[in-house]
Amino acid sequence: MSEQTENNHVVLEARGVTKHFAVRRTSRDLVAGRRRTVHAVDDVSLQLRRGTVTALVGESGSGKSTVARLLAQLYPLTGGEIHLGGQAVKAGRGRSFRSYVRRVQLIFQDPFASLNPVHTVRYHLTRALKIHGRAGSGDEELEQNLTALLNRVQLTPPHQYLDKFPHELSGGQRQRVAIARALGADPQVLLADEPVSMLDVSIRLGVLNLLRDLKDRMHLAILYITHDIASARYFADSTLVMYAGRIVEGGDSETVTQRPAHPYTQLLIASAPDPDRVADEEEQEETGSGEPPSLIDPPAGCRFHPRCPKAMERCRTELPPRFDLADGQWAACWLYDGTAGDTTTGDHEKKVAAK
Amino acid sequence: MSEPVLTISGLNVDYGTGTDAVHALRDIDLTLHRGEVLGLAGESGSGKSTLAYAVTRLLSPPGVITGGEVHYHRRDGQALDLLALSAPELRAFRWQELSIVFQGAMNSLNPVHTVHSQLTDVLQAHRPEMKKSERTARAEELLRLVGISADRLGAYPHQLSGGMRQRVMIAMALALEPEIVIMDEPTTALDVVMQRQILRQLVKLREELGFSVVFITHDISLLIEFSDRIAIMYGGRIVEEAGAADIYRDPRHPYSDGLLHSFPALHGPRRELSGIPGSPPHLSAMPAGCAFHPRCAKKVEACDSHVPVLAAPDGSDGSRSVACWLHRGAPAPAVARS
Repeated sequence: MSEQTENNHVVLEARGVTKHFAVRRTSRDLVAGRRRTVHAVDDVSLQLRRGTVTALVGESGSGKSTVARLLAQLYPLTGGEIHLGGQAVKAGRGRSFRSYVRRVQLIFQDPFASLNPVHTVRYHLTRALKIHGRAGSGDEELEQNLTALLNRVQLTPPHQYLDKFPHELSGGQRQRVAIARALGADPQVLLADEPVSMLDVSIRLGVLNLLRDLKDRMHLAILYITHDIASARYFADSTLVMYAGRIVEGGDSETVTQRPAHPYTQLLIASAPDPDRVADEEEQEETGSGEPPSLIDPPAGCRFHPRCPKAMERCRTELPPRFDLADGQWAACWLYDGTAGDTTTGDHEKKVAAK
Repeated sequence: MSEPVLTISGLNVDYGTGTDAVHALRDIDLTLHRGEVLGLAGESGSGKSTLAYAVTRLLSPPGVITGGEVHYHRRDGQALDLLALSAPELRAFRWQELSIVFQGAMNSLNPVHTVHSQLTDVLQAHRPEMKKSERTARAEELLRLVGISADRLGAYPHQLSGGMRQRVMIAMALALEPEIVIMDEPTTALDVVMQRQILRQLVKLREELGFSVVFITHDISLLIEFSDRIAIMYGGRIVEEAGAADIYRDPRHPYSDGLLHSFPALHGPRRELSGIPGSPPHLSAMPAGCAFHPRCAKKVEACDSHVPVLAAPDGSDGSRSVACWLHRGAPAPAVARS
């Protein structure tokens, strides 16, 4: 299949991307001579491929939105590289930034806040088209382009929406306008940061289906950031799971949700609401509890070890690398270290259980 | 089924008066039984929070209760008309008999007071005879009840995580052992892991203490797991009410069905889902007839002119009710539907 080869090509890639935010220094910090940082994102590598949706799943505070902002070049990187179309890019400000955002567009969570309330839909879209040099010459061409944009996000008939203000639209319609604005740049990559979590439940799927349709027709590479792992299964081709600033598991969405390898993914899936589970509630008790760690001083070793029911001795000290499993799935967890003997693992587990 | 503890009948709530009034709640009939978890599901603007505020008499202007009755039934069988309570009676009734955990409860704690002073405040107001040491002991007990160690009593809200603050709010709601706890989207701002921990604890507490819960949320898959009965609201009316399993397995109202198919499943076959076309109506521009008919795929002729009443569907045993013409004999001007 020619489409298959066309679709496998990597458009945007993050290699070992790291972002630390400086914490405001208190007088005590000054005396102690220390600088504290929030380790928001550590060593994140991911690839966005043409015509595929990649989901990034995590709890609030796991750094998933920071990853989106880093990929959009809204923050400078602390470490690592971002490659667009095979080339390392470092967009600063001005022209280089603009040529970057022409290819990589971001959609925000809250369509109530991301559209200017004093401007019409026409203004928002015209501005996007003009900035990215796609307005065409003359009013007629502009009108055609605007109509095409609204048609593409299924706001039809377009003339009914063009002169509306954001407050006259429902949440779903506003998010569609925000998507149309992003498409105005004719991007290769869409970074969607929780695009449906602020919308009413009955219209969420409509927006997700629209994004999927756009992906298929325009061969977009989409990063779908969400806290809802069930929607990742529904919408995304591959899924990455993030915990406390690190990606802990990745693979095909179906594999990750049906056979989660990392204990954190298992906890996440066991916690998600699931009407089918009414009966076997008791079985779920051992999935672990607690809360995510502070990222100012993250735990040594695996960041999940304080909550992990399967934590072993080495999890406390050594950072687990990525272990490849079957079917392209991988997990950063010592449980899958082929070199570790099963007997020692068992012993440690018993010790932990005894505590 | 156990005896009722709260009965709402024909409740109507408007925002504003005269010609500008919008009808936020219309003809709500609902019964909460002792010891049950009643789930109230609906999208934003469906009136679910308004219902909670109206029942607790917390509705602030321009909200007006324009009709209907709300009765609270004490354990001794005495019924209390909540809409007729005077201010002092109301003060004694709230927290003592009925408490409420608000939407965004994480932010309902006062940031300049410790958890200790906020928890004991409730006791001081309602149990003036308690000694200071007794109040502290009770506050410690409450924290333990919701799974927080008692040494956090001296903490300020900002020193606690979101999940812990939420638990403190639940502890506060349980302080006087009320008969009814109303929870308005109590876990929406929390992560799924924390949400499950808190709900599990709530279910356990309910078994120990025997209170009834009204659980308000838009997440129907969560309700199906945690509640006994579910009432689904749309456009200010209850459109369907049934046992949680009945709603899940056999939803009767097209809206309930659509809502259930708006949540992708985590297990089972992957299917194409469509959600519900269109968007929820605005209260000021409510469609005539059934409020859902412009979005409904199964609408019949009567739907755009006649409001369906909430009643047992034809051929059922009366354990469930639905407001939809599909399940009822046609209304007076006969609709030919063969």
